[in-house]
Amino acid sequence: MLGLNRKDFLLFLVVTFLALFAPILLNPFPVGSAMAQFNAGYPDLMQRFVIFGIFAIGFNILFGLTGYLSFGHAAFLGVGSYSVVWMYKLLDYNILPGLFLAIVVSAVFALLIGFISLRRSGIYFSILTLAFAQMSFSLAYSVLTPITNGETGLQVYTSDPQILMSGFSPSSPHLFGLVMNDSSYLKFGGWEFTFNNGYYLCAVVLMVAFYLSIRIFRSPFGLMLRAVKSNQTRLNYTGLNPRPYTLAAFVISGMYAGLAGGLMAAMDPLAGAERMQWTASGEVVLMTILGGAGTLIGPILGAGFIKYFENIFSKINDSILHSWFAFLPDGLEDAVVFIIHPFIGKGWHLTLGILFVLVVVFLPGGLVEGGQRIARLFRRKPADKTDNDTSAKTDPAE
Amino acid sequence: MSKTTLTRRGVLKSGAIAGAGVALPTIFTASSAAAYMNEPTGSSVTLGFNVPQTGPYADEGADELRAYELAVEHLNGGGDGGMMNTFSSKALKGNGILGKKVEYVTGDTQTKSDAARASARSMIEKDDAVMITGGSSSGVAIAVQGLCQEAGVIFMAGLTHSNDTTGKDKKANGFRHFFNAYMSGAALAPVLEQLYGSDRKAYHLTADYTWGWTQEESIVAATEALGWETVNTVLTPLAATDFSSYIAPVLNSGADVLVLNHYGGNMVNSLTNAVQFGLKEKTVNGKNFEIVVPLYSRLMARGAGENVKGILGSTNWHWSLQDEGSKAFVRSFGEKYGFPPSQAAHTCYVQTLLYADAAERAGTFNPCGIVEALEGFEFDGMGNGPTLYRGEDHQCFKDVLVVRGKENPESEFDLLEVVEVTPAAQVTYPADHPMFDGGELGECNPGS
Repeated sequence: MLGLNRKDFLLFLVVTFLALFAPILLNPFPVGSAMAQFNAGYPDLMQRFVIFGIFAIGFNILFGLTGYLSFGHAAFLGVGSYSVVWMYKLLDYNILPGLFLAIVVSAVFALLIGFISLRRSGIYFSILTLAFAQMSFSLAYSVLTPITNGETGLQVYTSDPQILMSGFSPSSPHLFGLVMNDSSYLKFGGWEFTFNNGYYLCAVVLMVAFYLSIRIFRSPFGLMLRAVKSNQTRLNYTGLNPRPYTLAAFVISGMYAGLAGGLMAAMDPLAGAERMQWTASGEVVLMTILGGAGTLIGPILGAGFIKYFENIFSKINDSILHSWFAFLPDGLEDAVVFIIHPFIGKGWHLTLGILFVLVVVFLPGGLVEGGQRIARLFRRKPADKTDNDTSAKTDPAE
Repeated sequence: MSKTTLTRRGVLKSGAIAGAGVALPTIFTASSAAAYMNEPTGSSVTLGFNVPQTGPYADEGADELRAYELAVEHLNGGGDGGMMNTFSSKALKGNGILGKKVEYVTGDTQTKSDAARASARSMIEKDDAVMITGGSSSGVAIAVQGLCQEAGVIFMAGLTHSNDTTGKDKKANGFRHFFNAYMSGAALAPVLEQLYGSDRKAYHLTADYTWGWTQEESIVAATEALGWETVNTVLTPLAATDFSSYIAPVLNSGADVLVLNHYGGNMVNSLTNAVQFGLKEKTVNGKNFEIVVPLYSRLMARGAGENVKGILGSTNWHWSLQDEGSKAFVRSFGEKYGFPPSQAAHTCYVQTLLYADAAERAGTFNPCGIVEALEGFEFDGMGNGPTLYRGEDHQCFKDVLVVRGKENPESEFDLLEVVEVTPAAQVTYPADHPMFDGGELGECNPGS
């Protein structure tokens, strides 16, 4: 269906289901219960899950298929954000022109950087992209301050032209009047679910982005990219020039990144230079590897995993720990809190690092491999056959 | 391999799914009957403490968090009450705010605008915080202030020194107690003239971002008014760790004062480099070479160690002050944590108390009520002498301290000595001063 085979369509349905029902699925604990700390179903985090999911899907088209490891994808993310905010400043708060511009500008940017960087492969390619991204970051941070507003970040001021703005237009990002910040609430017993307009816009974009990525994976073009990954020299010997293919993949993934950056600014009208820093580029690499590079759904899972830790674990503090373990005797309570303390709050990096190491060591195929192993446990009977099946569904990284 | 099978049925189906996705949120009605954003309905009220727990300002962030925890303890009636006893307004009774117990959530800004906004949004959307406070850099403060204005909660800025926070980026829902770059310049100038004379040639090294520029602009304006000449101003990248290549040209420029518009790790490194080059012992134009660091903090001074001796700078507050408010605060902070608080801790503690007091006097947590209570509010007993929260730009006006690195420190905390307390009148500027011009406060936003 939709030009997909049964397996891919099923995967697409799963992603659609997860995206549409995330506000309910991510809020499993009633408000006010001790476990509510772990709820992730609030608009900001859900938007981040989806936006970084799109970012990682795009990155995976380059890294997962061609094996070219770009360390500069954050540059496109930043370019996308700046485009959208500039459209707010010049036209009005409608997000559509901005998103369109974000994709176009990031494509041009990617073409430029890709054209130069793709003359080398392997580590040299990574270093070149990293250099370009750091260059963009420094430009945005200080040199180009009139355009980017430097360290402070680009914001919309009341004194901006906003030529399409009329008295009735909403004064925050919207899509033809549908305000991104608005939410509807559903109260159900102790639970409260938030359905946010902006989130659903992102979710729809994610579905489209995911669908396109499946089509690319299964297309002749995708096969060429895989050929580049498995043996580029052999490809050269057969008389094929791989560079147009890799450049196309680079531009496509740059456009995905630009779209993700644009959506970030569409949800929250601010563009900061940190979005272009190398740490942001590194983050998407982590997301892809953590989820499973070269698989379809892996990058989305990886993105969700990392953002969850960043936002949920960094907010647990000692007083919350004390309230959890209040039932223990005093001395024991302090001891338990003392042991857990380094892993929460400012220690969220540490927790994430440990998990990352565990995943890489025990599940080289990422979270997707973990899922496959569990699935295999449950349908043990036709053991040999399922093995082949699953490997057809996901093509793990080399 | 794929075959494009774009059937009419397929398009309709996928269209219907997408349509349902878009329409879903409109099925449920927005049921916000509350009068303002995150109105506390239970027996407690939640404040959001958003500080850098990782990254270059993690030290400051940790100290800010300590101060916030102390403030919450005092507001809920615990501890010895700290500055609540010396505060000129007596609205706070030690039973929380408006009878509601104060609870708090914490977050990590990572000193990045994005992360800070994500953390603040989660506090507002998930934890129902009515007020966000914190921050150790101006970029973050301005970003979070903008967010709070849009969301409809109050923002009480932590350590932010850039003119822009209450200048071109000022917002009706945002308030700053900390001093700013202009005040640093205005406070330092008379002392510089008195100590170094009015015939000096200054060389500026400036961190290349918004705060650095406003700082440089302010100091250049203040010193040129004294008759000083500005020989050169050089921008240094924020990520720089070795400043030797920037220091060498200073020696040949004919300048006899070096102004370091740096903060945090930058300042520690550039000052160390300058001292290693022997600038402090040099004589140029028949005068002793001098180094000035306009924004000082004790945490930075500790990083620079021996090198800060004799170096002038300005600061918002110092724990060695002998007024009742400062003494009470240093005592209760010291009893709880075992060392004296930094200026970042002081401003954060004061901001929390000021917010609580404003809510108490306004009788509501409604941001518009708070704004009304804080605008033009005059108070005393918070360690800075009589202070005014100006209504036009939500900036506090109070005395500014000019400090110098101590020659013979008695302990690891006793690194700075107060040279002069510049009275508030001398650092006050009109709200439409050109360095602060451009922005608009706008209307207070109560959210829903």
